[in-house]
Amino acid sequence: MDRRPVYLDYNATTPLHPVVKDTMIADLDLYANASSMHEAGRRARARVEASRAAVALLVGAGADPEQIIFTSGGSESNNTVFATMFHLGRKGPRKGIVTTAIEHPCVLNSARWLQSEGFPVTFVGVDDHGRINLDELQAAVGSDTLLVSVMAANNEIGTIQDMAAVSRIAKAAGAWLHTDATQAVGKIPVDVDSWGVDYLTMSCHKLYGPKGIGALYLRKGAPLEPLIRGGHQEHGHRAGTYNNIGIFGFGTAAELALAELPAYAARVTALRNRLRDGIAQKIPKARINGHPVTVLPNTLNVSFPGAEGESILLYLDLAGIHVSTGSACASGSLEPSHVLLATGVGPELAHGSIRFSLGRDTTEAEIDYVLQQLPPIIARLRAMSTIEA
Amino acid sequence: MSDMFAWMYSDVVKDHFMNPRNVFSPDENFSYDAEGITGSVKCGDQMQFMLKIKDDVIEDVRWRTYGCASAIASTSMLSDVVKGMEIKEAYSIKPNDIAQKLGGLPDNKIHCSVLGDKALRAAVDDYLVKTGREGLFRNEGTKVICTCLNITDRDIEEAVKAGARDWEGLQERTKIGTVCGGCKKEGEELLHEYVHIFA
Ligand SMILES: Cc1ncc(COP(=O)(O)O)c(C=O)c1O
Ligand code: FES
Repeated sequence: MDRRPVYLDYNATTPLHPVVKDTMIADLDLYANASSMHEAGRRARARVEASRAAVALLVGAGADPEQIIFTSGGSESNNTVFATMFHLGRKGPRKGIVTTAIEHPCVLNSARWLQSEGFPVTFVGVDDHGRINLDELQAAVGSDTLLVSVMAANNEIGTIQDMAAVSRIAKAAGAWLHTDATQAVGKIPVDVDSWGVDYLTMSCHKLYGPKGIGALYLRKGAPLEPLIRGGHQEHGHRAGTYNNIGIFGFGTAAELALAELPAYAARVTALRNRLRDGIAQKIPKARINGHPVTVLPNTLNVSFPGAEGESILLYLDLAGIHVSTGSACASGSLEPSHVLLATGVGPELAHGSIRFSLGRDTTEAEIDYVLQQLPPIIARLRAMSTIEA
Repeated sequence: MSDMFAWMYSDVVKDHFMNPRNVFSPDENFSYDAEGITGSVKCGDQMQFMLKIKDDVIEDVRWRTYGCASAIASTSMLSDVVKGMEIKEAYSIKPNDIAQKLGGLPDNKIHCSVLGDKALRAAVDDYLVKTGREGLFRNEGTKVICTCLNITDRDIEEAVKAGARDWEGLQERTKIGTVCGGCKKEGEELLHEYVHIFA
């Protein structure tokens, strides 16, 4: 195939922004330990702190850059919050953990871990569009609730939660509030104050920066127990020699994400809508999953009744189109997407789901290529299917 | 076992996935003597086999599936293999025989490839019923799982079809594992697989 592959899996990860890449290459020799007192160390440290400021600004915490803790990514940030709750819950009166049924596995499994340690854990359900059921949340949260953890935007269906409403409920009960904003940061405006969160998770590789670097925003006064103990880096919140190159890349990526956000959102929304409308028009019975409006601008999750997701994915792959699926087969487990099932989509539709996630490099020509390749693939699979579309 | 991606993109598998053989087409008016269907859409895969049989030899075959790429590739291969085969021999084909022809199968894909031979056997069973020989091949190509009590994979399959859902339920119906207990691991694995397919 001589054409460039059509990459529509930006929610899985993103390529480096060319400017991030250039900065990282230029900075590769800034090897000094940012904790060292000498000139080279101080120079590296200055760059670390500039990056911290840029990351803080991106999530509306510009006034408190020291409230940003660098971690190895979204999984570590989330784990740090749950580990903190483990220590708090063991000592204090509150033990209740309230989260949602559609969280990323690193939150779900952290919550299950606390459950196995005897913490009462509630997984609040969502509606057909993937929006958290606020009445159910209200009922689950009480005076014994230690933590409420609700993801800002879902990685599979893109549905965005009303964090301010979640915050009102959590705060009225005196619980700590965490949000996994890994998919939201860089795609929609994020503001720790208007969202009213105490902890916010982000990951750099979802916003055109390098992998293996992320951050946790920690509101002043919110407790934190280090997951990684050691030196005094990050005010003792997270030990380990500074990951210079990752942190510099994150800083640049954060700056660019903030500056480019309006243009990015307008562009990918238009392309996503073109894809959505094209699919609806060309493929009978395609069903759009997730929220029709309150959704990440780049995400489109569609179920194709009668066609199995992994087969669709691989036929697309052979045509040079890269997507992901909620089908069980692709994950190697026997269960299809827990997110789609939680939104009330039946197993048949969950098995036949495809996630298209667009990005800053996506072009109209690529979308049109998908709209040309996809319909015959679905038609072919449906023709050989035992079940009616 | 080979890893999933290396396997999927081996030339043989890719060829069968891209150009599946003997796929049923509604416009073709394929007339057949027996059919079998297994799996459920709930599990993410379902398979149907249609057989044209003469003198107990499979003359022609069609299949269709709601299934993943591995199911498509392995059933395509299976359908080629059984053409011209005596029904008794076809009945004994194991997923592993097909996997070999496809150059091995990654562990996490074994589940996907077992549907083809199950649907094929269901179709042969259907033929046996139609020709008044119900259950003739019951012990054909089975594997003894519980050596103490001579309980086969087919017995476990039948017990699941009859309602066994867990180890205790299976023991109630078959007494499997009640002597030395050495068959429990393999027995439970099969039980889990059959519950997934048939329940
Ligand atoms: C919602 C969400 N949370 C957490 C993560 C994990 O982030 P990381 O890969 O940086 O550990 C991801 C990425 O897969 C995600 O989509
Ligand atoms: S092998 Fe089954 S009880 Fe001994």
